[in-house]
Amino acid sequence: MKLTLKIWRQKNSEDKGKMVDYQLDDVSPDMSFLEMLDVLNDQLVGKGEEPVAFDHDCREGICGTCSLQINGKPHGPDSLVTTCQLHMRKFNDGDTVYIEPFRAKAFPVVKDLIVDRSAFDRIQHAGGYISVNTSGNTQDANAIPINKDDADKAFDAATCIGCGACVAACKNASAMLFVSAKVSQFALLPQGQVERERRAENMVAQMDAEGFGACTNTGACEAECPKGISLTNIARLNREFLGAKL
Amino acid sequence: MSWFSDTFSSSIGRKIAMALSALFLVIFLLLHVAVNFLSVISPDAFNEASHFMGTNPLVQFLMQPILILAVVYHFVAGFALEASNRAARPVKYAMKSNKNASWMSQNMMISGLVILAFLVLHFMDFWVPEITTKYIEGDMSGLTVAGDMRYYEELVHRFQNPMRVVAYVVAFVLLALHLLHGFQSSFQTMGVNNKFTPSIKKITNAYAIVVPLVFIFIAIYHFINH
Repeated sequence: MKLTLKIWRQKNSEDKGKMVDYQLDDVSPDMSFLEMLDVLNDQLVGKGEEPVAFDHDCREGICGTCSLQINGKPHGPDSLVTTCQLHMRKFNDGDTVYIEPFRAKAFPVVKDLIVDRSAFDRIQHAGGYISVNTSGNTQDANAIPINKDDADKAFDAATCIGCGACVAACKNASAMLFVSAKVSQFALLPQGQVERERRAENMVAQMDAEGFGACTNTGACEAECPKGISLTNIARLNREFLGAKL
Repeated sequence: MSWFSDTFSSSIGRKIAMALSALFLVIFLLLHVAVNFLSVISPDAFNEASHFMGTNPLVQFLMQPILILAVVYHFVAGFALEASNRAARPVKYAMKSNKNASWMSQNMMISGLVILAFLVLHFMDFWVPEITTKYIEGDMSGLTVAGDMRYYEELVHRFQNPMRVVAYVVAFVLLALHLLHGFQSSFQTMGVNNKFTPSIKKITNAYAIVVPLVFIFIAIYHFINH
């Protein structure tokens, strides 16, 4: 099939950037979205032009490296998949496809479609961990009895791959779904109790310091999350924060 | 930083304060619509209730200042949050799909601004004359020159102008849209999202539709009947 691609091109973080049109013929419906971009880049390199820079790593939907705002939606039109797992059969011959980087003040563009998501790393450093003495005598985590319901909720929260789709989808570029998943994952388990209050306070403080917006409960993040992280986690983060402050 | 400024300068703290002021306003609105509805049932009952609300020291000097504080806070914090939320995305998308969130949830600023414009009109209509009569002219009697209770006549008089009725109807439709998102959203902000959430959504949606509808009904009722 033939596609018209409108792609954000930006030389570096200082460049203003603009949308550039590309025509791509012979796109196979079996290609993944990233393979389609690989084909485009092959052609650009063949013509002596600069290829389009984009993030990718595992291409299996588990690492959270790929991003892209495709036709106004993070990770494209499909639900519960990342861009690398999106296939061209979801598009039609003659379609125009807008491809933009995830937009947020806290996610500055590095080049073209690559954004710097290290703000998420700094939020994690602020409290997204448990301190365990790994002396060799550490208790087997599976030996601690945990309510199945809580274990399931913690696991669901832990499936967050930190891709940033929630930020990209939110009209406020809020990182609440990400932070709430990371806080919930520990708040629900016995191992997370020691640093529970500090974690909620410090991760929220870092989230604010990075320049993410506030949550206005539109629910766009939950709808776009490739891992289906639920809004109930945001309510839990609100409770954790309030509990830590009171 | 102190505990207070530390808590209420954070994004979640500001949202919780927004939610609390919103819930106070929701309770106030229920009281307001109940008193106003008396004007449809019985002019005398409406006069009595209005006179009580207008002269009771607890209502006037405790509840009224809290209400004004809640209204001012809700608007100021709402604008401040909107400004910082907009600043969080300095470069906009060329293509944006808004299908995954309701219009109401994404346009609280529009409905909020319409409600603010309405409040200016509403204050000029009722609150400013009321305060002038009671506290500047010192007339606490609640009576007209002829010696009748004045509140019902004042209310009815305001709704003779069709343009004012239209303005009220438009404002209350926007208030309904604002409440449809805002009321249930305030529970999520305060951390309530559990087995009761479907019921909370039903109740808040019913409130968001019924309360503005009753206000609209009262305005149109007095326009038609007088």
